[in-house]
Order: sequence, then structure tokens, then C-alpha cells
Amino acid sequence: MTDVISPAHGLMAARASSLAEHLAAVGPLPRPTADELVQLVADAGLTGRGGAGFPSSRKLTAVGGQRSPVVIANGAEGEPASSKDRALLTLAPHLVLDGLVLAGRGVGSRAAYLYAPEALLSKAIRPALAQRRDKLPITLVASPDTFVAGQETAVVAAVQGLRAVPTNTPPPTYVRGVKGRATLVHNVETLAQLALIARYGAAWFRARGTEDDPGTRLLTISGSVRRPNVYEVAGGTTLGEAISSAGGASEPLQAVLVGGYHGGWVPWTSDGVRSPLTRAGLSEYEAHPGAGVLIALPTRRCGLEATAEIAAYLAGQNAGQCGPCRNGLPTLASHLRDLARGKDAAYAHDEILRLVGVVDGRGACHHPTGTARMVRTALRTFRSEVDHHLHRQCTGLRGAREWHR
Amino acid sequence: MTTKLLIDWTRCEGRGLCIELLPEVLVPDDWGYPMAAHHDRSLDVPAGARRYAEEAVKECPRLALRLADS
Repeated sequence: MTDVISPAHGLMAARASSLAEHLAAVGPLPRPTADELVQLVADAGLTGRGGAGFPSSRKLTAVGGQRSPVVIANGAEGEPASSKDRALLTLAPHLVLDGLVLAGRGVGSRAAYLYAPEALLSKAIRPALAQRRDKLPITLVASPDTFVAGQETAVVAAVQGLRAVPTNTPPPTYVRGVKGRATLVHNVETLAQLALIARYGAAWFRARGTEDDPGTRLLTISGSVRRPNVYEVAGGTTLGEAISSAGGASEPLQAVLVGGYHGGWVPWTSDGVRSPLTRAGLSEYEAHPGAGVLIALPTRRCGLEATAEIAAYLAGQNAGQCGPCRNGLPTLASHLRDLARGKDAAYAHDEILRLVGVVDGRGACHHPTGTARMVRTALRTFRSEVDHHLHRQCTGLRGAREWHR
Repeated sequence: MTTKLLIDWTRCEGRGLCIELLPEVLVPDDWGYPMAAHHDRSLDVPAGARRYAEEAVKECPRLALRLADS
């Protein structure tokens, strides 16, 4: 793994596998009061790193003071193109556990959980826990390898021993979660940042990044770049800078899928590459940083075929619970396949436009909405390719099907 | 005050009673599930339809509906 940030700053500088190494690197875990912790996080401007980007202090405030609250570290990372949570849990397990303990103490919890794939629990977390003497009991829960298993309500279900599928909201999990108790679900990267902020302060955190995107964040950069990997970059980093940090494009690019499979296609144009990877910076493209996934698409690939493959995957990952998603996503994916293959393309195109409106917002979780967004951005970013397909042509030379891996 | 219809999609099976009771709010989608009739996709219940909305909540065979006032 390559550090973009100089050592002594950020998450990757704090990596350590043993507790002794960890303590030598970052020092002991401070004991801020509940109010101090909320204030620190608010001053730092820390936002959730799991995808939604919700201000962390607001969740802490909402859960703090509730009766017997529950805290959960979420490392499920259902995105196939994301590996930053796995990297973090492997390289800095104690930092994540510190963050979980801090959050637990901060909200007055006596029940903490760490939710992640079994392979990571056994390889990284159980050995780390065995070295620690935390008062807060931490229960490990294995997450299934499905796309929606990391959604907050699915995490709450899994912790209760139920199938890891989303449940209906409102209320949000920070109001009513595990066994009806207020439940704080934080992504593992968010918790690791919390563990550093508690030690070094809000000003230290804000020394990196920008006013509206303070601190650092982890990105998983894949596709047609020279060095695909997990990178830590300063907040406000532009799309172009992020791709450069991965060694630059390995061949001519046409677009980058930003924010993962529920994100948006950003064209590889002079405007696109200058866009900061922030909510505001990406809004023009209806994209968002999400969990920090970037997938670079080369010009030789057909953008519509790439989109059809992702849509087919997402359709297969619907939890089967909500009618509009269960029926709509496979139909949407099948029309996308037809458009990509030039089969009855005009009809397929009309149906795609209609169906993204039909599924949008109609489910217990964001799965139909996120899928609709990704497809809408594809139709805009690959507009000229759509025109070609409507005229029974395709500019893409068919590349490897596994381009996004 | 606005009254909004909330649908629990994990319960809804598209039986369609709500669509019959609230034609100004809901239309069926391709598979018979309730979908906003308005172009703005809102599920706001007009004041005149309030009692039909309450009936839909009570009569939904899947108990999938709620009203939220804001």
C-alpha cells in the first residue's frame, strides 16, 4: 500500500498489527467525557465514511443519553470494488477498536459489536481483541458477502441474529435499532478517524483537507490505472489527483465511476477531472464520494455494456423484499443489456428512462434509488454512445469483461 | 400541516386497496404496487382525501401503510 499522506498524518500512518506497536505509534487512548467527545467530533467536522456522509457528531448526540444504547462498527463493505475497510481492519485493527470503545463510552453503551466478514474477524480482529483489556464487551458478528449487508438497518438485523437485509425506516437506527434500543452504526474508517481525533484534536484533523471536506479519506481505486490499490488522500482531492495517486491512467480513459455501484459516472473531461471528490464537487454529475470507490473506464470499453453489467449485478443483489426493487431492477437491467447489445435499442432506451423513475425512492433501503442514479448518470455520460447504439453501432472495442476488478 | 403516506415496502404486496381508495395520490406501477400519481413523486395526502387515507391505513391487508403529519 502506498501512502499519499506523509507518515505521522492520517490513518495509514497509524497502522500497527500488535497492541504494543499501536500504542508506541499513537499513544494511549484518552478518556474524553461524553460532551467533550461530541464537541471534538463536531469541531473536527468528521462525516461518515461508509457512504452516506452523515455528520458523525449528530449520530453521537442522538444516541448519547438514550437508555442502554448499542454501538456497532460496520466493516461489511458489500461493494465488490471497495477494499478500504478490509485494508484498514487488516492494517490498523486497534485503531478501529479504539474508535469503537470511544464511541461506546461516549454514548454510555454496554454493548458493542464489530460486524465484518468472517475472514477478517479471524485474521485480524480476534488476535487484536485477545491483546486488549477493554471494559466494554465487544461481540464479533460475521457479515455475509452481499451488497446490501452493510446498509445500517441490515447491520442491525444481523447483530440480532436475523438475516442481514434492510428493514423499513423511519425511524432511523440511531433512534430505534438493536432490540429497539438507540443504535450507533459507524463505518470502521469513521471510528478509526475518531480514535485519532480523540488523541490529536480537531485542529490536527482539519490541518488536512478543506473547509467542507476536512481530514483524510480512504479511496479504493481500480480499473484502468497503473497501480490499483487503497489510497489515503486529503479531503477535497480532485478526481484527477486521485487517479494520479494511483499512478495515473494506464490507457486513455473516458469516465470514472465515482462512489461505487450506487455512485455516478463522471466523464473524464477537463471539467470532470477538476471536480473535488466531495458531495458539492460531484453534484453536477449527480455523483457523490460514497465509500470512496473509483473505477476508471477506458475509452476502448463500451460504457453502456459496463453499466449493463453493473446493473445486472445490482439486480441480482436485491434482497427480494420490496416489490418495486424485486421487479424493477431485473427489468431495468434487462433493458440495459438490450441497449448495450443494440437489440431493439430505441424501445430499451425509452423503458430505461421510464423505469429509473419507477424504482427511484421505492424501497426500504437505498438499493433501488442508488441503482437508478447510477443508470441515469450513465445515460448522460455515455450520451453519444447511446446515440451510436440507437443507430446500431458501438464505438467500444469489447474489452475484458472483468474490467472493474 | 401536510399529511404524508408512508409505505413499508418490506410488507407491501401490491394488493391495491390503497390505490382504489386514493386515486389522486396513488397509481399502480407495472406490477401493481402503489406509486405516486403526481409528477413530483410526492405521497402527500390532500386534506379532502384524509379520511380515505385513514381507511387505507386501517384496511391494508398487509398493514404496510402509515400516515405522518409534518
